Amino acid sequence: MNKTKLLVVGNGMVGHKLLEALVAEGAAAQFSITVLCEEPRAAYDRVHLSEFFAGKSAADLSLVQGNFFDDHGIQLHLRDKAVAIDRAAKLVRTAAGAEIPYDKLVLATGSYPFVPPVPGKDRDGCFVYRTIEDLEAMTAWGAKSKIGVVIGGGLLGLECAKALKDMNLQTHVVEFAPRLMTVQVDDGGGRVLRKKIEQLGVTVHTQKNTLEIVDGAGLGVAGRYAMKFADGSQLETDMIVFSAGIRPRDELAPHAGLNRGERGGIVVDDYCRTNDPDIYAIGECALYQGRIYGLVAPGYQMAQVVADQLCGKTESRFSGADMSTKLKLLGVDVASIGDAHAATKGALSYSFVDERKQVYKKLVVDENGKQLLGAVLVGEAEEYGTLLQMLLNGMALPDAPEMLILPLSEGTSRPQFGLDALPAGAQICSCNNVSKGALCKAIDEGCTTLGALKKSTKAATSCGGCGPLVTQILKHELKARGVAVSNAICEHFPYSRQELFHLVKLGQIKTFDELITRHGKGRGCDICKPTAASILASIYNEHVLKPKHAKLQDTNDYYLANLQKNGTYSIIPRVTGGEITPDGLVAIGSIAKKYGLYTKITGGQRIDMFGAQVHELPLIWRELVDAGFESGHAYGKSLRTVKSCVGSTWCRYGVQDSVSMAIEIENRYRGVRSPHKMKLAVSGCTRECAEAQSKDFGVIATEHGWNLYVAGNGGMKPRHADLFATDLDHDTLIKYIDRLMMFYIRTADRLQRTSVWLENLEGGIDYLRKVIVEDSLGIGAELEADMRHLVDTFECEWKKAINDPEVLKRFRTFVNSNEVDPNILFVEERGQIRPASEEERRMRIGNIPVVTESGH
Amino acid sequence: MLKTDTPAVASSQWTAVCALADIVPDSGVAALIDGQQIAIFRVGDSDALYAIGNHDPFSEANVLSRGIVGDLGGELVVASPVYKQHFSLNSGICLEDAEVSVPTYAVRLCDGIVQVAL
Ligand code: SRM
Ligand SMILES: Cc1cc2nc3c(=O)[nH]c(=O)nc-3n(C[C@H](O)[C@H](O)[C@H](O)COP(=O)(O)OP(=O)(O)OC[C@H]3O[C@@H](n4cnc5c(N)ncnc54)[C@H](O)[C@@H]3O)c2cc1C
Ligand code: SF4
Ligand code: FES
Repeated sequence: MNKTKLLVVGNGMVGHKLLEALVAEGAAAQFSITVLCEEPRAAYDRVHLSEFFAGKSAADLSLVQGNFFDDHGIQLHLRDKAVAIDRAAKLVRTAAGAEIPYDKLVLATGSYPFVPPVPGKDRDGCFVYRTIEDLEAMTAWGAKSKIGVVIGGGLLGLECAKALKDMNLQTHVVEFAPRLMTVQVDDGGGRVLRKKIEQLGVTVHTQKNTLEIVDGAGLGVAGRYAMKFADGSQLETDMIVFSAGIRPRDELAPHAGLNRGERGGIVVDDYCRTNDPDIYAIGECALYQGRIYGLVAPGYQMAQVVADQLCGKTESRFSGADMSTKLKLLGVDVASIGDAHAATKGALSYSFVDERKQVYKKLVVDENGKQLLGAVLVGEAEEYGTLLQMLLNGMALPDAPEMLILPLSEGTSRPQFGLDALPAGAQICSCNNVSKGALCKAIDEGCTTLGALKKSTKAATSCGGCGPLVTQILKHELKARGVAVSNAICEHFPYSRQELFHLVKLGQIKTFDELITRHGKGRGCDICKPTAASILASIYNEHVLKPKHAKLQDTNDYYLANLQKNGTYSIIPRVTGGEITPDGLVAIGSIAKKYGLYTKITGGQRIDMFGAQVHELPLIWRELVDAGFESGHAYGKSLRTVKSCVGSTWCRYGVQDSVSMAIEIENRYRGVRSPHKMKLAVSGCTRECAEAQSKDFGVIATEHGWNLYVAGNGGMKPRHADLFATDLDHDTLIKYIDRLMMFYIRTADRLQRTSVWLENLEGGIDYLRKVIVEDSLGIGAELEADMRHLVDTFECEWKKAINDPEVLKRFRTFVNSNEVDPNILFVEERGQIRPASEEERRMRIGNIPVVTESGH
Repeated sequence: MLKTDTPAVASSQWTAVCALADIVPDSGVAALIDGQQIAIFRVGDSDALYAIGNHDPFSEANVLSRGIVGDLGGELVVASPVYKQHFSLNSGICLEDAEVSVPTYAVRLCDGIVQVAL
């Protein structure tokens, strides 16, 4: 059978979605698919383009999963663009001279940034903001600039202003209209938005019509150019980014005889078909009912419709899309829903302004006050999800609609529509077109965590705006299904770790016995005991081997060493920041030799000694302590290592002294116990030799200070850390880590690394930033004080242990004998010991003597 | 404490192991008696004593005495410190896999001294 030849022009977000949709419908194999992609790389996430400035690479932004094209037999032509469509011959000519025949053609050519025809617009230093190449060029130019101007105060313009700000430029936004974001917000919202943005140090100029760009007085230092405005004023700058709207890329249409709208755009019908039934147009190049949709969600819907059409599901149609948006611009929440400008006949509105906190909220309702028509939220947008669902599903408004936006007084809560009232068809995630029904189905199929639900439905994986609602639905549905959403840690406590932490802290509880008597039942177990021990240590920092705590400890903590497969232990002294003196190396070497231990360099920049028996541990540690070593806490759910690179002291690229910083940090947080282990690293420059972005807390030096990353993870499910804050000075860096670490300790689940913690934290990194940087919960000082207590009360657990006869008594292999465990046998390999295998043990091959208690 | 389900033991078979005070409340110690390794646990602050084999059948290491003591569904247990299976202190049976068990031994307290009978 001859396969249908499908040609897709454009491999942007929407074009790629079409390919994915075809694959998802299992239809890719019925077609012979060719894709023309003008850019040098396949589809990437334009919506998150700005994260390129925060360190995301082109690869991070890529939307292509694995070998997507090869796996599905799709031919991708990079760097080649369609230049003409020959409808009669049914083929497309490319710039490279190829002629590609098609049976069905899909145009997904997107749009281009509109640059007003201002004289001087083509000078060096003038940019647009659309592709990775644009951003690379901006970065290079930005490095030699002091001032930057964005022309256009719309959504993209403000995002672009943030980018300039992050490049440390004095940043200006020039807007033709009297307010920012004219499309989405009204006057009141625009005012609050402007104030907020000016507070962030961005200068806003409204009602400015740029006439010309001329040479400035700055002579290549600052103020290379001057922008002349119609009102006679002017503004000096070094670079200009045009963000004055988009225009559909419909240039293929006229010659091919495809209908175009008056102001551009390829006209399509409900099936996203052009006037040629074999040619479709989707995404930002398509004009539907006189409208270009400049957002990705409607584009994705169009892609789905075309995939359906191609697969013969002819009932699938596009019927317009909702343009509601929720964004975070320069850290300011802005949301616009439906008829934001109250343009509907008879529309009434409610508004609330808090000039001190700079919050603006407006509701637009119909003349009877029964239906929501639209809303604007600036400064705070938590209600977005609820309001959007009310609008989309035509849900009845509560009697006092104003309650939906008025600030809450203590102890009250907003009128919520019951989640049950949401119809199954309600679209919860517009980016990925996931309905409530689809979420419920996935939950039925076993997705009982947010992570699983996201993975299986893709909901909440693009803009994230629907995240809180998806979480609510998950919880609600689990409950409805009788799945006890129990977060009890074990049968002895009906509480989560987080709740236990608060009970211990607020109740000033000092022992496990008191905790279980007051809040639990039974005797406890190997789950709740170590958890309680960890919580007590995180709050009071008493020695873990005090009699009242010792019995709670897992064997590693009980013997302050790591249990190995044959019942022996390994020993890791702290090697702060990975820095060790030759004498230190010699000491470890001779101690290991004396006790016949196997030595290995760990993945954490220190030295592990294996094969010690319980009774040997204090003997070995006595010698290590005498040689100046202290416990490395490799056994604890606690701070492990702070990895460092050699940094500016030696390295020719280093910009800061990463070793000193790593040592300082490790000394500060050593011994701090936490829900799970914590690893940190400090790199001396962006080459990142310390791999800080794979650590719970990572620090990377910049010319101006330190960038702080959070929630990286190696291990079984590696996670790239998120950039949390940039160019911090020393004190702020320490302050933020103090707060972050303590907040993690307070709120994480048992054995939850920071990566999973952050992914489950409602509001994610933005919320975390609010809590830590803006101190939105007002707990900053408390977190710091709690951390200070831990820092001030640090003592080396081993030093203390070897000087406490009561504790030492416990370090015996046998309570009634000085024999060693005859089952522990070693054989030699590569000049060192290793545990004998089962086979070898059975045959008693291993016979390397171990040091007995009587031997000392 | 003499466990009621163990047959009476002739006094000559008891071996003194250690003082009660040598066992931290709610934890265990290992004893070597006639080449056999016994894990002895002291439950709670009292003199409630239990003895089982020290050998962990799952990891093949002699470590059960170093497990955390507790109760699961009302059954007194110790969790193996290696792979965390639970063994009943009364019967020696593994809660995760009833096919697997460890031996149990009679243990008593006599004038502050812990004694075990093999
Ligand atoms: C010794 C060492 C391997 C080595 O020879 O290099 C090691 C050994 C163990 N690791 Fe590790 N890890 C060691 C570095 C790492 C690293 C690399 C690093 O730290 O840079 C990682 C990946 C980074 C990370 O954690 O994000 C690592 C990820 C893990 C994980 C997976 C954690 C995760 O979040 O997925 C586990 C399992 C766990 O903790 O649940 C683990 C658990 C273990 C345990 C505790 C497993 C066990 O229960 O026996 C091993 C015992 C340690 C011992 O006996 O001393 N180890 N482990 C390394 C000790 C570093 C140190 O100096 O303290
Ligand atoms: C910085 C930025 C932030 C944004 N933020 C958001 C947001 O928060 N929310 C939101 O919903 N939307 C946002 N958008 C808009 C969103 O990115 C677009 O709606 C979406 O990318 C449109 O997808 P598309 O496939 O139609 O176009 P594009 O992604 O632009 O893809 C079109 C592709 O076709 C190629 N092409 C064009 N002509 C040809 C030809 N003749 N031959 C071959 N290839 C061709 C182009 O080079 C391009 O690669 C943002 C856009 C930008 C630039
Ligand atoms: S991260 Fe930078 S400073 Fe550190 S060693 Fe690597 S190149 Fe040198
Ligand atoms: S609405 Fe954007 S991710 Fe769901």
